[in-house]
Parts: sequence; C-alpha cells; structure tokens
Amino acid sequence: MKRFRFSRKQLCIPYALFLVCFVILPLAVIVYYAFTDGSGRFTLANFLSFFTNGNTIGTLCYSAVIAVAVTAVCLLIAYPAAYVLARSGLKRGPVLLMLFILPMWINFTLRITALKEILTVIEGNLSLHPFLNTVIGMTYDYLPFMILPLYTTLLQLDQNLLEAARDLGAGPASVFSRVTLPLSMPGIVSGITMTFLPAMTNYVILDMMYNSTYIMGSLIGSYFNIYDWNNGSMISLILFAVICIVSIVTGGGDQEDAKNRGAVL
Amino acid sequence: MSQNIIELRNIKKVFEDDDTTVVEDFNLEVKKGEFVTFLGPSGCGKTTTLRMIAGFEFPTEGEILLNGEDISHLPPNLRPINTVFQRYALFPHLNVYDNVAFGLNLKKLPKHVIDEKVKKVLEVVDLEGFEKRKISTLSGGQQQRIAIARAIVNEPDILLLDEPLGALDLKMRKEMQLELKSMHEQLGITFIYVTHDQEEALTMSDKVVVMSDGMIQQIGTPEEIYNEPKNAFVADFIGESNIFEGKMTASKTVAFCGAQFPCVDNVPKDTRVDVVVRPEDVVITRPEDGQIRGKVDSAVFKGMYYEITAILPDENEVVIQSTRNVQTGEEIGMRIGPDEIHVMPAGVLVNVFDGTITKDGRAAFAGGEYECDLTRLYEGSVLTGASSVRTADGTEVDLAGMEVTVEVPVKAVSMSDEQVDYRADGNIISFIYKGNHYNYTVRTATEDDFVLDEDDLWNEGDHVSLMIPKEEIILKRK
Repeated sequence: MKRFRFSRKQLCIPYALFLVCFVILPLAVIVYYAFTDGSGRFTLANFLSFFTNGNTIGTLCYSAVIAVAVTAVCLLIAYPAAYVLARSGLKRGPVLLMLFILPMWINFTLRITALKEILTVIEGNLSLHPFLNTVIGMTYDYLPFMILPLYTTLLQLDQNLLEAARDLGAGPASVFSRVTLPLSMPGIVSGITMTFLPAMTNYVILDMMYNSTYIMGSLIGSYFNIYDWNNGSMISLILFAVICIVSIVTGGGDQEDAKNRGAVL
Repeated sequence: MSQNIIELRNIKKVFEDDDTTVVEDFNLEVKKGEFVTFLGPSGCGKTTTLRMIAGFEFPTEGEILLNGEDISHLPPNLRPINTVFQRYALFPHLNVYDNVAFGLNLKKLPKHVIDEKVKKVLEVVDLEGFEKRKISTLSGGQQQRIAIARAIVNEPDILLLDEPLGALDLKMRKEMQLELKSMHEQLGITFIYVTHDQEEALTMSDKVVVMSDGMIQQIGTPEEIYNEPKNAFVADFIGESNIFEGKMTASKTVAFCGAQFPCVDNVPKDTRVDVVVRPEDVVITRPEDGQIRGKVDSAVFKGMYYEITAILPDENEVVIQSTRNVQTGEEIGMRIGPDEIHVMPAGVLVNVFDGTITKDGRAAFAGGEYECDLTRLYEGSVLTGASSVRTADGTEVDLAGMEVTVEVPVKAVSMSDEQVDYRADGNIISFIYKGNHYNYTVRTATEDDFVLDEDDLWNEGDHVSLMIPKEEIILKRK
C-alpha cells in the first residue's frame, strides 16, 4: 500500500490561503476603494485631490523628514553600540545586547506612556517641541530593529579581513572606511528598511504623546475615522508606492545582497 | 656577506586570558632572501611566532629586529611586511583589481603606477586579465594566487605565508609549492613560511625551524634536519624513523636492540642515548650475516618499495624499506652501516619537580600527593610520626611544609585512565615510539610535565592519572 505523503503543493495551501486572505485581498480592497467614489463608481478624483491638496503633500514631506531623522538618529546610536557589542570581545556582550532588546518585551503603549511622563518632567509642556518628541519617541521604539541586523552583520565580519587590511598598511580609520563599513552595508540597509518604513506610517506614538504633529499615518487615520474610505485608501496606496520605491532604491532587489542581509535573529 | 634582515631575540609569548606560554626562548636570525620555514605540529607556536613578526601579536618578552631596528611593538600597518593568510582573507566586496591594489591605494600612488604594478603582478601569478572578476567567482587556487599577488605587489621586505597551501588539494598543492619556490627565486624577497607538512618544508626551504610546544627543537637546512636530527622529537616528526634507546659501550660503539654497532659519533662511554635509524638504511641479509636477527612480522607493498616490520628477540620492532620482498614469519638478518646510525642525547630519564611535604607525610608535587619514604631526606633517620623523623644524631624533625626536590625516574611512572584521589593527572601532549615502547609526555593542570614509558598505545589528548610506586620517589632537601 502506498503511504500517504504531503506533496509540496499540499503543504503550500495554508500559506497560500494566509497570503490571499491577509495580503492580496486587503490590497485589492484598498485599490478598489482608492479608485471609486462613495457610491462605488470609478473615479480618479481621490488621486488628483492628493496632489492638488497642498496639505496632503506637505504631510507626506513632513513624514518623510521625520522618518529620515528617526532613521539617522537610530543609525548613529545603533552602529557604535552594535560595533562594540559584536567586536570588542566583551564577555557580557550578549547580556548587554539583551538589555537593548528588552524594552521590546514590554507592552508598547506602556513604554510610550512612561516615556511621555519622563519627557514631561524634563520639558514641561510636550507640545512645545513636537518634532523633537516625535523623533525621541520613534527612536526609542525602533532602536532594537536597527541594532539587531547591525549586530548580526558585524558579528559575522571575518576577523581575518580586518587583519589583512592592517597588514596591507591600513590604519584604524582606513580599516573602518575601506573594510568594516562596506562589509556591514547589508546590515545597515536592513536596519534602515526596518526603521524607515514603520517610521513613515506610525502615528500611534504621536497620538499617545498628545502631539499635534500630523504625519501620514495620522492623516490616513483621520480619513478612516470620518468614514472617508476612498481618500484614506488612496493615500495608503500612494504611501505604499513610495515605500516600494524606497526599498527598491536601497537595494532590496539585489538577490545576492538579500542573501547576505543580516537577518533579524 | 649578507646581513640579517630579521632577528628574533629571546621571544616569549604568554596569552593573558588563560596564562599559557605559547612561545618561549625563541631565537632566530634570517638573512635577506632566505626561504625559512617554521615546521611543527598544530599548537606548537609557529603561527603565533609568525603573527608576532607580522605585528598582530606583540611579544611578552624579547625583541624583534628588522634591519637592526626594534619593531616589536610596531602595529602591522607600519611594518614593511606582508602576509598571505591561511584562508586567503580576500576582500569579498572588492574585485580582483581592487584587492590587489588595496595596499597601493593606501600609499596614495598615482593611478597609472598602480595600474602598471597590478598588471605586472597578475602576470607573475599567471592571472592576466582577471582584474574585473569578482572574488567569489575564483577557484581556490586562483584565490590563493590573488592573495599572493596582493601581498607581493607592495614589495615587502619579508613575505609571511601562514600554511597558504593547506586548503588546496594534493595535486594543486604540489604545483603551487614549485611555483612559490620559483617566485621566491624570481622576486628575491625573504619568505617566512609556516607549515605542519614536513615534506613541504623539506622541498621548499633554505632553512627549517622545527618547533614543538613553543620551543625551537632544531634549526638547519633540510638535509641537516633529516640526516642529523637533534633529538627524538625531530627524528620522529621528520620522515619515517626507527628510534631506539641505547648506550655507548665505547666512544664510537653504541649498543641497542641487543647488539653492538660501530658508529661515527664520538660520545663518551656509558652515555645513555637515543639512536635513530631511517627505514631505508636498514639492509636485509641472510640471518647468519646480520648484525641483528629478527622475524618478519609484516611486509607491505608500497609501490617503490616494501615496508617490512621485523621483530627482534628483545621485542624491539625495526621498520625497513627495501626493494626486496620477504615472507611474513621469515627469519632475516639486518645490517646498519656506521654512517646510517645517528646517535642523539637521550631524552629525559628522570622527572624532577619542586614539591612540599604534607601533614600526612606525603610528597605534594605537580598537582598530586604521593606516599613516599621520608627517611630518605636524612640519611639513617627513622620515621616517628606521620610527617616527622628522628635523624641519626637523635634530633626530631617535623617535615610538614618542607620544600623538597622530587625525582621520579621515567621508567617508574605508569598511567591509568582512572581518576584517583591524590594522584596527579593530566593530558598526553606528545608521544614517540621507541622500538618496543612508547615514550609519553603528560602535562598536568599545574603545567608540570611527566615523561614516562608505556608499552600500550594511548592517544594524544587522553586524560590520564599517574601512578608512582612509593619506593621510586626520591626526595632531596633543598
């Protein structure tokens, strides 16, 4: 009697179902709403209003500025930290890394609330520095996503290559700029992807900090709140396109690179 | 007269994290243009020594002189020395051209000079036109050549090669050996080469430095190392050899394997020696014509010759390489010419340790405590308590805590894999077959070495405890 075995196709079914239900269908729904009006007729009005409404464009730019700032601050903090943790041969390296990751284990709302209290003590009135507070809040939240891929890439960095560079006459600065930095690019790209994209869309942090700053996430949220699903969907779709372009530009398309990409543990 | 390009003086290296001494008492002079090889088993300190010359490690003691100047603590980027790494260590993010030009770019040479030099060096390593290739598309042998090109393009005073052929297959390795040798002649750069492969060392070098356990065992030309090994370790490590324990019976006569042989070494009568005879130097004769007789235990065809093992009446084994075939069980005679007998000073005969007497009257040394005869410390004394004796003149002496010298003859120690309280224990770090027994060195956790003889074969690294009969422990007052 032939033993029953799952074929590869059969094993795919649950995943295919998941992807269809939670990725493809919602996307299709968004596309449908984006190009229809309230009564379900095809229209380009939502698309056009996005570009004619100065307020929306401004919000998009502002979101991008915040996301860039958050990503840059994260990178500046995370790279030296990951470098020290991975390369200095600290006996307690993994424990220290754990301390950086630990906040992720605590509920996100709780963390932001705590941060808000601390910032209030320091600044008094939070609404005086909306930009600064937004960047601090997001940096706090996304830092682990930047550190982890960097740490993994730097950990895998071949000690022999650094020695080879020194052997060939490179001083510490040249070793870093000519070998360490280029070889940690996959980790940097992956860290940027994991920080920049959520920073573009997150608005919960802002909302929670009683912040008046309006970014893309909040804009979309506000449309959905007033049941204007069509405009909300169109903005989501445009944001989606922007993010796609960003990830392609940062090298997500390179097969070989993707293989070397520092995975998120 | 050519002068020393590099000199290592009394180099000692201790790794701080686990406090192990990896290189000790290392003295070497290398002349300009020489091909010097560090040869030894893994863990003998050869790579560490090379890394000290490169500048990746700094010596704990001693100095390294380059052209007469002390460079011991200069970082690697400031030394005119380049290295070919064991695993090549080519930069994966750069193509062949940029890898080779790495050192030249750092020197900020003009572009056309760099182009010229890279082109030339790629010709030397036979990879013209590979400039634009990615490292990952190269075979092991090609990567090896690029690694060599990347180093020699800088025209270093010294080229260091750390087991550069280890990752290549046999055929490729043989080819690269010859190429490296001719490259050395062509370039005139001093090569310092590290390998554990004795054949590689003998084929390529002008000078071989045989190392074991962090110490130089012998420095010499390949011929000297092979024909005149300084001790049993070198004889055993280089080529095949029969090593026997012997004794001089006259200044040019040595007794071993139950017979007396004339030899050429002038060693005083009654000196204990180790005798080395290469398998190809033993001549098979009719039983009645031999200096010694034995029974053939095995004869294996090896292509160019038969490898024959004969057992002598005193149980010594003689390995012979001969073109003549003999039958297993056959009685044969063997002759060894005076020139083919190499006499060396015997290894350790007595283990000597610093010890103390415990309250229970035991001798504590090398991490163990052994029962011993305390009356040996004072002639004519009598034991009066666990750790006290009455000397011949009637005074009572409490010996507890006394510092003594402990001597244990090599033949008295035996080992067991059982761990027993009070016994010293350690790991076998090396062994040599000596005709009818193995000569082991066991290192304890206290870094003391026991040398002992055993008939059975143990493995390197085995953890053993050491047994010493009470009457064999000789105590001496300090």
